[in-house]
Amino acid sequence: MARPPSRRPGHNRKAQYSLFASYVVAMAGAAIALLLIVVAIFDPTGFAAIRTGTAEITRPLSTGMKRTVSGVSSIDEVLAAYWRAGSQNVGLRRQVEADRNRIIEAKGIAQENARLKKLLKLVDVDSSALLSARLISSSASSARRFARLNAGSWQGVRPGMPVRAAEGLIGRVHTTTPNTAEVLLLTDTSNIVPVRRANDNVPAISTGGGDGSLEIRALAAGRNPFKPGDLLVTSGIGGIFQPNIPVAVVVRVQGEIAYGVPLANPTKVDAVVVERAFEQIVTRPDPGVAATSDPNGLAAGNAATP
Amino acid sequence: MIDRNLPPVPRLGRHPSRWRLAGTPVVTVMLGSMLTILPVIAQSPAMPPFGLLVLLAWRLLRPELWRAWVGLPLGLFDDMMSGQPIGSAMFLWTVMLIGIDAIEHRLVWRSYRQDWLIATMAIIFCLAGGVFFARITGGGPVKLLLVAPQMLWTILLFPFVVRQCARIDRWRVMA
Repeated sequence: MARPPSRRPGHNRKAQYSLFASYVVAMAGAAIALLLIVVAIFDPTGFAAIRTGTAEITRPLSTGMKRTVSGVSSIDEVLAAYWRAGSQNVGLRRQVEADRNRIIEAKGIAQENARLKKLLKLVDVDSSALLSARLISSSASSARRFARLNAGSWQGVRPGMPVRAAEGLIGRVHTTTPNTAEVLLLTDTSNIVPVRRANDNVPAISTGGGDGSLEIRALAAGRNPFKPGDLLVTSGIGGIFQPNIPVAVVVRVQGEIAYGVPLANPTKVDAVVVERAFEQIVTRPDPGVAATSDPNGLAAGNAATP
Repeated sequence: MIDRNLPPVPRLGRHPSRWRLAGTPVVTVMLGSMLTILPVIAQSPAMPPFGLLVLLAWRLLRPELWRAWVGLPLGLFDDMMSGQPIGSAMFLWTVMLIGIDAIEHRLVWRSYRQDWLIATMAIIFCLAGGVFFARITGGGPVKLLLVAPQMLWTILLFPFVVRQCARIDRWRVMA
């Protein structure tokens, strides 16, 4: 193919000006775009409001598609379950028999626990869960790891709130629009979570690797204390995440860094729970007033959120 | 020679509407950007940037279609759909289109292979630039290696997308 002729307007003065003007507009626009990015360096969520329109419009589409494919993502598990179904069934039956006794014991302990707490006049109401919603889409083509949540500021979701599933931690809310919220996933390279080893409280910091893995650095200097198989839970330091939410399991240790895999896979979990930031739960100013005036304790919680 | 698979040619004296001529490429690029609304929760940057691919395909198929500033509105829309900071695709796409204009001035003969080469450079530029912008706007230590697989299959996907754009283009110009 020969060179396309249209870029050379020839002697037509009007065409020349029009071409020149188009480049001026393009350059000026590129400069403005750079300016937007410079602003985003200092305030990463500053222009999130621009996304409100598209996020709200595409929400019903994503939600509808999510509903149709939610069965598909776990189809491999369903198929795998048929493999050796008979022997597995016998094994599971035995397991259930064994677990039943343990559950009865645990119920007894829970009752005794409640009774003892009553004796001590400890009131321990867990009001951390705000709502449960679905993750409907994600930033699949970007280097950042965001997922879009099907609930937003009208439902009480605020930036900074932790998001978890039954299996473990998912991430925290980054920005909100009226009906959707962007969740910064645990595996994002900027998501730093204070963790500890579940069995002996070795403190560490978990950073996302961007590729579905986590990098775990021990806070204590010296030899890397982690080994493959270690279970990590949140430590509660920092005031965002509640303590004891399962986070990851260590799979590989290399020098100072241990690599972990998140316990909760956002692609497979059905619904996630948005929780209030830990600090808001433990430092509520006046629990009596908040409980009577606002059953959800929302007013007290939101006042502290920027 | 008559190809039976070709759709019927427009009747003599009839032209496709202006909206169809100008709007189809814009809509296809926006649809490409909108593929991020698929209900997939990705754990790594796996999905190729289809908005960029479609834009490149149209730009190289039909050089006379757009001026370079078209990267601004389309890039803004892509930024709104992807998780990149606002301004990232706006800047990268516009600079990329200006760059393609400059290269086109220097290339006298251009065929399919040169187009693919231009697209390869443009894709590497845009994805690497996207990583850089994600990094400086609070994204933490994002490694360039993280998007290397995405780069690879975006480049490999380009011929397919060009084919589909050419097919849409045939529909576009035939009323």
